[in-house]
Amino acid sequence: MGLNNARFENAFDEAGDALSMTLRVEIEDLAKHFGEIRAVDGVTFSVSKGEVLGFLGPNGAGKSTTMKMITGFLAPTRGTVRVCGYDVSTDPISVKANLGYLPEGAPAYADMTPDSFLKFIADIRGLSGADKKRAVASAAERARVLNVMYQPIETLSKGYKRRVGLAQAILHNPPVLIMDEPTDGLDPNQKHEVRTLINEMAEDKAIIISTHILEEVNALCTRNVVIASGKVVFDGTPAELEAKSRYHNAVVLTVNAVDNTKLLQYVTSLEFVAEAEPLSTGNGIRVFPKDGRHITIPLSEKIREQGWEIASLYAESGRLDEVFRSITMTKTAGVK
Amino acid sequence: MNMLNIWFIMKREFGGYFATPVAYVFIIIFLLLAGFSTFYVGNFFSRGEADLYPFFSLHPWLYILLIPAISMRLWAEERKSGSIELLMTLPVSVFEAVLGKFFAAWAFTGLALILNFPLWITVNYLGNPDNGVIFTGFIGSFLMAGGFLAIGSCISAVTKNQVIAFVLSLIVSLIFVLSGYGIVLDFFSSWAPQPLVDAISSFSFLTHFDAISKGVIDLRDMLYFAALIAIWLFANALIVNARKAD
Repeated sequence: MGLNNARFENAFDEAGDALSMTLRVEIEDLAKHFGEIRAVDGVTFSVSKGEVLGFLGPNGAGKSTTMKMITGFLAPTRGTVRVCGYDVSTDPISVKANLGYLPEGAPAYADMTPDSFLKFIADIRGLSGADKKRAVASAAERARVLNVMYQPIETLSKGYKRRVGLAQAILHNPPVLIMDEPTDGLDPNQKHEVRTLINEMAEDKAIIISTHILEEVNALCTRNVVIASGKVVFDGTPAELEAKSRYHNAVVLTVNAVDNTKLLQYVTSLEFVAEAEPLSTGNGIRVFPKDGRHITIPLSEKIREQGWEIASLYAESGRLDEVFRSITMTKTAGVK
Repeated sequence: MNMLNIWFIMKREFGGYFATPVAYVFIIIFLLLAGFSTFYVGNFFSRGEADLYPFFSLHPWLYILLIPAISMRLWAEERKSGSIELLMTLPVSVFEAVLGKFFAAWAFTGLALILNFPLWITVNYLGNPDNGVIFTGFIGSFLMAGGFLAIGSCISAVTKNQVIAFVLSLIVSLIFVLSGYGIVLDFFSSWAPQPLVDAISSFSFLTHFDAISKGVIDLRDMLYFAALIAIWLFANALIVNARKAD
């Protein structure tokens, strides 16, 4: 948590000075069509140094395809990608040199050991001698694979394979890091480790991670881009994403010795309340404000005016899963 | 073209052969078959001549069977395991990757070929061979192996399935050898015009290899193999580029 805060403050400082926010990845009107299927259909966004962009979307929304186009693996049908100023269609080698990429499923050469695999990556990345040794050791340490360096990769567990892939991606300390579902299939401890690692590196890199694990939005990201059916349906901060929720600023209220029907009747009559509903679990109601306002204080005052005793009262933040469903489902429905 | 990248990819790929028993199995079988065919099929002793012609003359047939086994994994495995996405997003060009892998397979075949040196010692012990001819025989065989490997590497990029890559490479290799064989040429010469028959014959590995293995180094034969390798590897790179993400 401490790390997280430090990073947010840092990003905030930089936002104040627009010049220091260097654009690292610029994507414009990017599209990929496979025959009739529009896997990616006009995606535009950019990522700056210090940002961790969470790339969200349902399976098949075009996340991986977009990442493959940014990294130069797939040629786009239309649109441009620039990484650190280099255009991927005219100078793919420079783009790739500035990128660290963890493809989906973290593919590696199964018959190699992490040691020889990372040394090979270091060779290709143009590192030699002491630099190479240092880069391999540091990447292996940060990705926590030091204890399996001499076992064939094919014998490693899923978590270790993922971390070897991660070590490979960060080995040359790239200014831009792109990871396709870096925590997919990991256990909670491993997820935590990977997130800590990403947070540690966030300050001086531009990072894009794709995920469909919503808890990572708050744990990792400074910004989110949500895509559905190949189009961007949201681009903003995690807080803004939460604010789109129906539950954003809704208040959960329990009052002693007043029955729910009476309470609901009274609360819905208040001018700042849009609607109210009984909680599905036990006693109490949930009150939805008009226009997403903060209503904790006026609501508690009104309740006390009635001479009722408040047992509990708290405001909810948004529910990401619900926002996710609403913005990605309407998109899908709209296409059909 | 970054030579260092080609070298690093070659080194990795070459090491890959020895990471599994594949390399050892291949080398042992190659040596056994080469020895067997030299003594039994090629009548090494009863010919009563101090040369390695019986050894070299059977190489095309050995290669048809064994080279596809080396080349089949080059790209098919990379695509199947998904590591091609890693390789092609590293700062290397497709041509560097194609050449690196090809050179690794070629070096490995060269190693297997050199390990036949006991035959050379034997023939020198038994008689007084023309070692120049034997040397060009090795060169010719190595060049021909390169031709087979380029075909196999290219075909390996067409499919994710190594068995399919093996069978297809074997068939294409067979065509390239058979087109110089007497029976096939007779079939054509009965009705086709002579220039066509010559053209078919000139495409064959046999035609070009035979001369070299007899000690005749003709620039045209060398060029034939070099061009053949270049064309197949060029096609190889185009196919990898087009199909890498499928």
